[in-house]
Amino acid sequence: MERVPILKIGSTLLVSIQVDLQDQSVQQLQEDVAERIAATGAKGVIIDITAVEIVDSFIGRMLSMIGSMSRLFDAQTVLVGMRPAVAITLVELGLTLDGVQTALNTEKGLRLLSGGP
Amino acid sequence: MVDVDQAKMAEFLRASESRILDQWSETAARGVNGRISPAELRRELAELLTLVASAVSGQDESAAGQLRAVLQELSRSRARQGFSPSETAAAVFGLKEAVYALIGDSGDLLPEYLAFSRYVDGLGLLTFETFVAAREQIIADQAESMLELSTPVVRLWDGIIAVPLVGTLDSARTQLVMEKMLEALVATEAEHAVIDITGVPTVDTEVAQHLLKTVVAARLMGADCIITGIRPQIAYTIVSLGIEFGDVPTKQTLADGLAYALGRSGLKVVPA
Repeated sequence: MERVPILKIGSTLLVSIQVDLQDQSVQQLQEDVAERIAATGAKGVIIDITAVEIVDSFIGRMLSMIGSMSRLFDAQTVLVGMRPAVAITLVELGLTLDGVQTALNTEKGLRLLSGGP
Repeated sequence: MVDVDQAKMAEFLRASESRILDQWSETAARGVNGRISPAELRRELAELLTLVASAVSGQDESAAGQLRAVLQELSRSRARQGFSPSETAAAVFGLKEAVYALIGDSGDLLPEYLAFSRYVDGLGLLTFETFVAAREQIIADQAESMLELSTPVVRLWDGIIAVPLVGTLDSARTQLVMEKMLEALVATEAEHAVIDITGVPTVDTEVAQHLLKTVVAARLMGADCIITGIRPQIAYTIVSLGIEFGDVPTKQTLADGLAYALGRSGLKVVPA
């Protein structure tokens, strides 16, 4: 199983998913993110899914859960770089990812976390 | 294909080729109404007649296949030129008339003529089928190009795109609009999309559902949608049907939508 790396930039955690997600690796990611937020006191989490081409309902729900969980640590989650096909799939599955903010790319995601326009 | 020995018929066809051709072009020309020149028509028919003669004689195996190919090509071009199917098939059936008129003179080829007539009927049906298939192809092509024509995505401002929708929305079209808009969001990095439905005549629950799905998908990607140009009747329908647009911002006109998007991007329009 491949682990997704979590990078820390200032008070933000950057999670860039570059592999095809398996159920297990998403679950592992969820635990890792929680631990890293607790350890570093990060205020924001950016999850970059530019390279993700396929999602299912499980992964969608897990992403949503990472958002809800981070909020318990007072950290905002921004999902960035979602592809049109993935967005359509999630909508068809009826998942609106409440509790997660979204941005078109990492740059805009960082700006969103810093409170800019 | 032909159960009676057709050697005699083939011989007859070859022997009286020019006389059959005269008669046949005359019959066929009536259905053409000057859309093809007589010389060209005669050339086409001459080619067909030669192939029919070889196919009927049964000596040349490839002739039957060749004949079908030529006939199919002929009906396809007729379909494109706007001939009706019966005009196209009548041109083929004209051969029977021409041959019968000449057999009437010589007399003794009647059994062969019956088999030959059945064979020509088969050819006529083939033209009919090809003709219809060609027409269907034309219709499918047109529908596809209309679909592409009718869904432009335009850039209004830095970070603001507009999707003016014109015409009736169905599932296939909405799907296409949705995909094109989401791809444009990625390509232009636009944070606002204005969907203008001024040109949409009716909105039912299905269309509204599709629109809302598009808005949610755009939101998932990190962009906001604004719906503009809802006409009075449509507003009435939407409310009567009990469709909830939720927290999707709606504005009266495309201009209002643009102003709102500019405001959200922190821009303001002031007199110069």
